[in-house]
Amino acid sequence: MVDLAAVASAGGGSVDAAMLIGVVLLEAALLYVGYGAVEQAFGHAVVERLRGE
Amino acid sequence: MEILGLSLAMVVLFVGFGLLIGVLFGFFGMGGSFLVTPALLVMGYPTRVAVGSGLAFVFGTSVIATLKHRDMGQVDYKLGILMIAGTTAGIEVGKEIVIHLESLGMAGSIISVTYVVLLGGIGAFVTYEAMKGGDSGGGIDHDAADADVDADDIPEIAKKIQSYNVPPMISLRGGVSVSLWLILAVAFVTGLLSGFLGVGGGFIRMPALFYLIGVPVPIAVGTDLFEIVFSGGLGSFLYALDGGVDLSIVLPLLAGSAFGARVGSAATSIVDEEEIKVYFGLMLLGGALAVAVREIGNVYGIDALNTVSLVLILGSALLVSGAVVYSSITALREDSQSSSPA
Repeated sequence: MVDLAAVASAGGGSVDAAMLIGVVLLEAALLYVGYGAVEQAFGHAVVERLRGE
Repeated sequence: MEILGLSLAMVVLFVGFGLLIGVLFGFFGMGGSFLVTPALLVMGYPTRVAVGSGLAFVFGTSVIATLKHRDMGQVDYKLGILMIAGTTAGIEVGKEIVIHLESLGMAGSIISVTYVVLLGGIGAFVTYEAMKGGDSGGGIDHDAADADVDADDIPEIAKKIQSYNVPPMISLRGGVSVSLWLILAVAFVTGLLSGFLGVGGGFIRMPALFYLIGVPVPIAVGTDLFEIVFSGGLGSFLYALDGGVDLSIVLPLLAGSAFGARVGSAATSIVDEEEIKVYFGLMLLGGALAVAVREIGNVYGIDALNTVSLVLILGSALLVSGAVVYSSITALREDSQSSSPA
């Protein structure tokens, strides 16, 4: 488990910087998968609704 | 209640702003750094944190948007890798020019004027082309990004450039064939401007891919995003080394933009390309005006103009992302009506 507060306050160092970017990348991947699942579950129904069908 | 050291209201504000930016990013393949960084500056964040966090946000959003465009077959990896090579060299040269101008004490004013002229110039050109309509680059089928491009769909300037047969020639998605040297030259120049202006460069690279190389708009957007993953990742890493990336800004912005990027990317398959170009041009003009107003405020010491600049940034983001969503819904409804039996 990454301690976000500790990472967020990290001042320097390539390891800390890489961890920060890693956290952003991890969140991006999780959001992609998570929102993808939501889109799979509800996307069709929402589009049908928007099309007025 | 606090989340990551921010009040709930600030978290909601960042998620909402991220949503707007995500729609624009997914739709145009640009619009992150030149909207987010000025907004963070006006909100009182130090320059280093505003730029670094803006870049980290652009990196995260471009990862999501690229994955989405990849799913729709709108990323040309060969072109993307060639662009990364040329852009990286250009950014280095651009940075050196900035350092030289800083030593002369002229960097701020020259960069601001260049930014406004370039952003406004491209915005005016793209808007004019889109308003002119006709056969000037319109009519590319977004559902068939891999199909060969009709000769009428390629801008005249791209046809002229493609006529120079300097080997090795590179075949690109959409049936486009151009010289490797041309791709590297375009990438270098866009990278140079990106490094000089300190922005991601999507607003320069996306039109360059379309108008100079002749790549279809959907593939230009997807490939531009792929390139930004690398340039944004490297840039944010360099700023993170100096503590310039604040996760309490980046994480909520990204949570909103991830959803918006899905909406924006999906909209590219629904909305007519001519409408894309009009929105793109208007947003660039809005950005140029915002920077010009901020600079005038700084020169004459009028703080109120900073607020006007922020309103212009947020307003153009809200207006254009709203127009994208509205056009998508309208197109869906028109499609539904035309396909239903009379």
